[in-house]
Amino acid sequence: MITDTGIVIAFYVIGASTVVSALMVAAVRNLIHAVLFLVITFTGVAGIYIVLSADFVAMAQVLIYAGAISVLLVFAVMLTPTGDRRNAETSFQAPALVLAGLLLAVVVFVIYDTDWRIASRGQFTTTASSLGRAFFSPYVVPFEVASVLLVAAMVGAIILTQDEDEEAGHAA
Amino acid sequence: MLPEVLLATVPLEHVLILGAILFAIGLYLALSKRNAIGVLMGIELMLNAVNVTLLAFSRYVVSPRPLDGQVFAIFVITVAAGEAAVALALAVAIYRHRETVNIDEIDVLRW
Repeated sequence: MITDTGIVIAFYVIGASTVVSALMVAAVRNLIHAVLFLVITFTGVAGIYIVLSADFVAMAQVLIYAGAISVLLVFAVMLTPTGDRRNAETSFQAPALVLAGLLLAVVVFVIYDTDWRIASRGQFTTTASSLGRAFFSPYVVPFEVASVLLVAAMVGAIILTQDEDEEAGHAA
Repeated sequence: MLPEVLLATVPLEHVLILGAILFAIGLYLALSKRNAIGVLMGIELMLNAVNVTLLAFSRYVVSPRPLDGQVFAIFVITVAAGEAAVALALAVAIYRHRETVNIDEIDVLRW
């Protein structure tokens, strides 16, 4: 259980601001503003990770999501200069809203209907060294597969964005 | 020692509901946005919601190895980074050919 009063207050404040900024991502009418609100959401989620005593994952979240992925998103918006910037919806807006609401209702019902086996342990202390040990003994194969996946993704991204004229120039 | 009323707690259910709300918002974004980059933002939000849920279980629930939830969360972050790179490259490549990234205008496969 989480019992520290400061952490409890932090959870509800960060949680509320995260949900509000996630709603703003859907509501604002400018794509760049949506990306900026998404950065606030990612940072808030990192705060939630800290409340859940996952310090290493929170650091990775700030570096990878709030840092790298949001920069990628801004770059993608900038690289499509005559694209649509209005952050508009397709004709699937109403069905999507209904589906998301139904999913939320079902999940909340299941959350309250299930008897979770809550452990009595306190918060984790530093997690980085135990995570490192977990990565190199029981999870070493998925860890290596993840590095192969990242190399494949990097090569794929480079090939996909390569300019075709430039490619022809290199061949000539 | 604080009196009993002030000893507030965060129950597991509230963390899971936060994750569910974020997932629902992400699903709505992914299904409804016109711009491919907006769809991607929804997918990233859904992956984040899953991570919140994983870390909540890792923190609260009885387990012989409670840190495994955090290991899973790091794998999810890794895959999300690769996915974001490839998907944004796809969006830029489609823009080069069709001058748009609106998913309802990219309909060459429509019969």
